[in-house]
Amino acid sequence: MSRIGQTFIALKAHNRKALIPFITAGDPGKGLTVPLMHALVEAGSDIIELGVPFSDPMADGPVIQRASERALANKVGLKDVLAMTAEFRKTNTTTPVVLMGYANPVERMGYETFALAAKAAGVDGVLTVDIPPEESAGVSDVFKSHGLDPIFLLSPTTPESRVEQVAAAAGGFIYYVSLKGVTGSANLDTEEVARKLAMVRKHCSLPVGVGFGIRDAATAEAVARIADAVVVGSRIVNEIETAPEGECTNRVKHLVAELRRGVDAASK
Amino acid sequence: MKLTDLPDSRGHFGPYGGIFVAETLMAALDELRVEYEKARNDPAFVAEFEYELKHYVGRPSPVYHARRLSEAYGGAQIYLKREDLNHTGAHKINNTIGQALLARRMGKKRVIAETGAGQHGVASATVAARYGMECVVYMGAEDVARQSPNVFRMKLLGATVVPVSSGSKTLKDALNEAMRDWVTNVESTFYILGTAAGPHPYPMLVRDFQCVIGRECLVQMPELTGRQPDAVIACVGGGSNAIGIFHPYIPHENVRLIGVEAGGSGVASGKHAAPLTAGTPGVLHGFRSYLMQDENGQIIETHSVSAGLDYPGVGPEHSYLKDAGRAEYVAINDDEALAAFHDLCRYEGIIPALESSHAVAHAKKLAPTLGKDQIILVNLSGRGDKDINTVAKVSGITL
Repeated sequence: MSRIGQTFIALKAHNRKALIPFITAGDPGKGLTVPLMHALVEAGSDIIELGVPFSDPMADGPVIQRASERALANKVGLKDVLAMTAEFRKTNTTTPVVLMGYANPVERMGYETFALAAKAAGVDGVLTVDIPPEESAGVSDVFKSHGLDPIFLLSPTTPESRVEQVAAAAGGFIYYVSLKGVTGSANLDTEEVARKLAMVRKHCSLPVGVGFGIRDAATAEAVARIADAVVVGSRIVNEIETAPEGECTNRVKHLVAELRRGVDAASK
Repeated sequence: MKLTDLPDSRGHFGPYGGIFVAETLMAALDELRVEYEKARNDPAFVAEFEYELKHYVGRPSPVYHARRLSEAYGGAQIYLKREDLNHTGAHKINNTIGQALLARRMGKKRVIAETGAGQHGVASATVAARYGMECVVYMGAEDVARQSPNVFRMKLLGATVVPVSSGSKTLKDALNEAMRDWVTNVESTFYILGTAAGPHPYPMLVRDFQCVIGRECLVQMPELTGRQPDAVIACVGGGSNAIGIFHPYIPHENVRLIGVEAGGSGVASGKHAAPLTAGTPGVLHGFRSYLMQDENGQIIETHSVSAGLDYPGVGPEHSYLKDAGRAEYVAINDDEALAAFHDLCRYEGIIPALESSHAVAHAKKLAPTLGKDQIILVNLSGRGDKDINTVAKVSGITL
């Protein structure tokens, strides 16, 4: 079983929900990503989503787009992200790492070459935002054959008829984006999400993570009550963007610890 | 499979095209695909589209024998398909009418669009006014600056123009922003995509709406010349005017189809917008096609004097036609396009769009290699009023 699968089983055994933070690799600096990853773990993260910078992040809002632009200005590409993961793995062999990004950098490297290199670096899952299951024939299989979990999105606009198809292609966990819109949008309707998750679970046995719109302990708690995992992206990236130089790691640690308290409050 | 039978049911032109978007858009694209399938088979929809093209756009657009230009270029006879004479001054209106009729059919009251040169923005604002819809146009901040007359036109027509300051501040960034708007407002909003690119079904439906150009030529050329042309030339940014004139000619195997990309400062300089000439396949903006990208798969900035060609990708069907060898693609540099712009002004009394000037410039190269009895048909996709500030600026003239 993959490291992601093992993580969810262990959490379930302790009646806990997963906290999955997102950071963009190379933001704010090339040398800060690995220390940030360790800080995320120390503050109580269960799985790390590491964003692969892309020049045209269509599905992201301004916060994550700016993170991508900063990372690209630091000359960080897919190969660097794999190197960072390998560096992280030297001292952490238990926390799963999911790469999240867009198709083209992976396509350019070649799916097979990428899958081999990602597995060797210690990557556990891959979410390519703009490769839906319809286009993933071959891609998902290549990832799976190298022991990488292909992570897929579900959204409020996904019809029930598609959920099964998405679940069939997916591995690790399903990522339900709880709002329409791009990353970093406002407002979250947990009752609506709960209804949707009930429908998703009818067709899918994988754990379901919920992301978009989680910004503090209270929203993290609300989502942890209904989902298996709480995914937080823009809020953390915003903290990185606004932190004074040298303060970034501490600020992020503080924020993630707060989110952790929220997630754990849901299990009490 | 015949070249004209594409795309397949999932929007693939061989390895190109497809649907590479985030999950949030999948349902909307599926709805559009289903609705378009019904509309294209609905005689009432087709009849209304044709009525609008005739009475609102002024179709058919004429084909014109550019005698003085042909003589000056010293070879083949050059004919111009006058899309510049359409209402709003370019071929873009053919597509926006089709999509606005679809939007109305789907009950969407708000339309959004991206624009580079502003021609598609103006065409979208025009149809939104015509059918009583709210219209928001996303435009790169750099394009807003260099295409100010079109920005004002859109505002006159009641549209909201949103300058986009991310990335390279040009067409691709406007497209990113329009996609984001659509993701956020997907239930109320119809995205009028301006070129034969993007996720399926856009490349197909934009092509279908633009094919009126080539279909008219198939009738007009024999009327004028007694036969079909030896070569058809069109400029290629995203490639909608080119696919519109090429597609009906695909089965006519003796007709050479030549797409002209923006060579900018020269392909060798790296400062250009010619993915078919010097790019590699990749995935951007919802589809797979030739792209301008670096070795890490990041999209690189494009350069062209013509805002409408300043795009790092190209419609997927062009990538397919290139690989299949049915169409040829070449690049024309800024200075060559500008020279052709002036040629057409002086020899024929026609001020062409800088985009279309690229096609004329290639005719200038090709014509002398052909005999005087041979025929080149150039798609004059738009008029150049919008470009006079740019031309003045590069000529060192202050207006």
